[in-house]
Amino acid sequence: MSEQTTTSEPALAGASQQAERPSTFRRVMGGSVGRNLGLVIALVVLFIIGTVTAGDRFADVNNFLTIIRYASVIGVISIGMTFVITSGGIDLSVGSVMGLASVVASLAAVQAAATQSSWLLMVVVALAVGAAAGLINGIIIAYGNVVAFMATLAMLVGARGLAELISGRRTQIVNNRDFLEVIRADFLGVPVLIWIFAAVAVAGWFLLNRTTFGRRTVAIGGNAEASRLAGIKVKRHLVYIYLLAGVTSGIAAIMMLGRTTAGTSTHGTLYELDAIAAVVVGGTLLIGGRGTIVGTVLGVLIFSTLTNVFTQNNLDTSVQQVAKGLIIVIAVLLQQRFATRGAAARKR
Amino acid sequence: MINDDHAVLLEVRGITKAFAGVQALKGVDLTVRPGEVHCVLGQNGAGKSTLIKTLSGVHAPDDGEIVWQGQTVTIADPVAALDLGIATMYQELDVVDGLTIAENIFLGHERSTGGMLRVGEANRLTRELLSRLGHGNIPATTEVSQLSAANKQIVSMARALSRDTKLIIMDEPSAVLDSGEVANLFRVIRELTAQGIAVVYISHRLEEIRQIGDRISVIKDGRSTASGLSVADTSTADLIRLMTGRDVANVFPPATPVAPNAPVLLDVQDLHLRGAFSDVSFTVRAGEIVGLAGLVGSGRTEILETIYGARKATSGTVSIDGRTLAAGSVAAAVRAGMGFSPEERKSQGLLLDEPIFKNVTLSTFGRFARGGVLNERGERDAAKEQIAALELRPDDPDRPARTLSGGNQQKILLARWLVHGTKVLLLDEPTRGVDVGARAEIYALIRRLAAAGTAIVVVSSEIEEVLGLSDRVLVIGDGEVLTTTNASDIDESGVLDLVLKGSAA
Repeated sequence: MSEQTTTSEPALAGASQQAERPSTFRRVMGGSVGRNLGLVIALVVLFIIGTVTAGDRFADVNNFLTIIRYASVIGVISIGMTFVITSGGIDLSVGSVMGLASVVASLAAVQAAATQSSWLLMVVVALAVGAAAGLINGIIIAYGNVVAFMATLAMLVGARGLAELISGRRTQIVNNRDFLEVIRADFLGVPVLIWIFAAVAVAGWFLLNRTTFGRRTVAIGGNAEASRLAGIKVKRHLVYIYLLAGVTSGIAAIMMLGRTTAGTSTHGTLYELDAIAAVVVGGTLLIGGRGTIVGTVLGVLIFSTLTNVFTQNNLDTSVQQVAKGLIIVIAVLLQQRFATRGAAARKR
Repeated sequence: MINDDHAVLLEVRGITKAFAGVQALKGVDLTVRPGEVHCVLGQNGAGKSTLIKTLSGVHAPDDGEIVWQGQTVTIADPVAALDLGIATMYQELDVVDGLTIAENIFLGHERSTGGMLRVGEANRLTRELLSRLGHGNIPATTEVSQLSAANKQIVSMARALSRDTKLIIMDEPSAVLDSGEVANLFRVIRELTAQGIAVVYISHRLEEIRQIGDRISVIKDGRSTASGLSVADTSTADLIRLMTGRDVANVFPPATPVAPNAPVLLDVQDLHLRGAFSDVSFTVRAGEIVGLAGLVGSGRTEILETIYGARKATSGTVSIDGRTLAAGSVAAAVRAGMGFSPEERKSQGLLLDEPIFKNVTLSTFGRFARGGVLNERGERDAAKEQIAALELRPDDPDRPARTLSGGNQQKILLARWLVHGTKVLLLDEPTRGVDVGARAEIYALIRRLAAAGTAIVVVSSEIEEVLGLSDRVLVIGDGEVLTTTNASDIDESGVLDLVLKGSAA
């Protein structure tokens, strides 16, 4: 125990003495702090670029709140997506399920009933639509043995079509005052949308890292067969995971209704790709078995900040797409480098 | 079949190789003569694979000398090795599934004229090569994906022959074969050596080396501990000492007699799985070890998995402590007190990137949790307790399972079911991939578990292991129980007789 010369990597001065195991430095750097550090650095670099190129238009508290507010809808979806990807699956339907939930919750009949009773009815309806779609995904994947990619691709197409049928492809204006007042309000100077994102992120972090639900999710993503043979009810848990993703789509629909004051079948188009990109850039393994909520939040913020920097500089969205693509590739390349080097010292 | 006692085909002197600070080879010597089977013996991690890779041109040695047919050579890459006449048969066979046997054999040196393949010639040559290996009955145009692992090895060897090979290195070729196929492999190896080709045979199965080897070299911790010993003149005890550096009593722990009034913990009645086995009935008492002996494909693994609920029985019942289990539910079996250690530890048993303690508590983390909130401290403490009890190495509960040896990974699974408090433990190939030194330890642990009152069922492809470990043995052939007997009343040849008679009937 006293002599472990095999792990003598160049360590920070003093860092090796303070711990009993000399591998602590590598553990930390190969672990969550090291991975998230890279994301934080990327974010800082973006902030510097933004400040240098756009000056006060960028470096302003209100602008920062705008960035986070725009990140919050995709952020909530990405939290659900983190669970799905950690379990070794994928959910392509999150964006269109959000669109469908926004349409159903803003139907004239629903809004009328909400005006009669409470604005909460719209919230409940959106959540119920998301949950139902997630439940269907989960059952088809777990008990129908359909690969997640195909099952949720079918839901992506089906939910979008259903949303168009229900809405007649018309935009439905939200006119429930109470609903708009609550969702569009500020609390302690911060928009409610951001509070919702923060609450979902904290709850997601707790669920993934501190509960049996999270442990099962990681275990199934790491090795589904071993989990099954250890007595974990893998199929049932998979249903719960897609149900959870559906519910986050429902929450995102509520936020979107508030932000745009309208429900439409085009809400959430291509959100699935943004969410997957944010989750994977954040450090969650696409093959499952390792997930990080903190990384996902940072991933979402990076993309949102990037968009903002481009918008502030009046740059073309096409250039922005190219930059996004580059970031994804670089992030994944770095992730693989870390994964191989830190394989021995990996610790979440 | 040694042509000339003094001729030397390959001589390796003092080879060293380091990877990123880890010294994999610290000085290995090896002398191979034409036409001999030279066994290289060593525990997992001893450096056998690295040695093979330096000879086949995958790694360049840092220091030392390779002398091939009297000349010092540098083997720069795998093609250079093939050009010299050194072919390597890896465990993961490098045959291409979608191609035919002939296409595989001439892959990289196709028979062609101006870019046009001479298919007929390739097929004819392939037939010749296959018959030289005693397998002329396999058509040269068979797609390799249709072949068993054993026949893929034949293809790999035929390919070596097609290149005027003088030395074939075989990396644990028997690991993927059952005993009948191993016998066939040995016949083919003798064909090769009769033609003057030398074989370097890597294995850690001592009994095989006794059967096939002419001479032995032993590696321990990257260093040669013996070079060119005669197989006939070296005792098994000496080999184990050379491999492990300590004296290992290579015997099974003595059985403690099962009390006649010990309660029946596992009761299997008329269990039947369509297409796999039928009419399997037996009971296991507390403290008893029952072994299932049979060849690969006899249905022994399927029986175990069906008892556990991983496969759903067509009919029949499994009871634990008098309570009948729901068919086809692993969760129900685990809840009732059953545990299972699967055949493929890495793909079926472990979360390789997760720390030891989470692997140990994979079946029980819910029990430590309160209201769904994990109690990792409690889990880690429980794991530490088992790590100490089972002498699991390394003893750090936070080390990823991937970094452990086969024997210690097996201990993780035993620890998992110890934490669970398992009454009935099913073990499928408990010492697969576990080296000789660690096996005795695993045997002792299994015996200790039984002595503590667990009912245990063991399946192994090594009949000796089943017989040595068990109190009672069920001999399985073609999905049926051929006989049930006390382990002390039957020996290996007795089991084989029954199995072969059973499959002939």
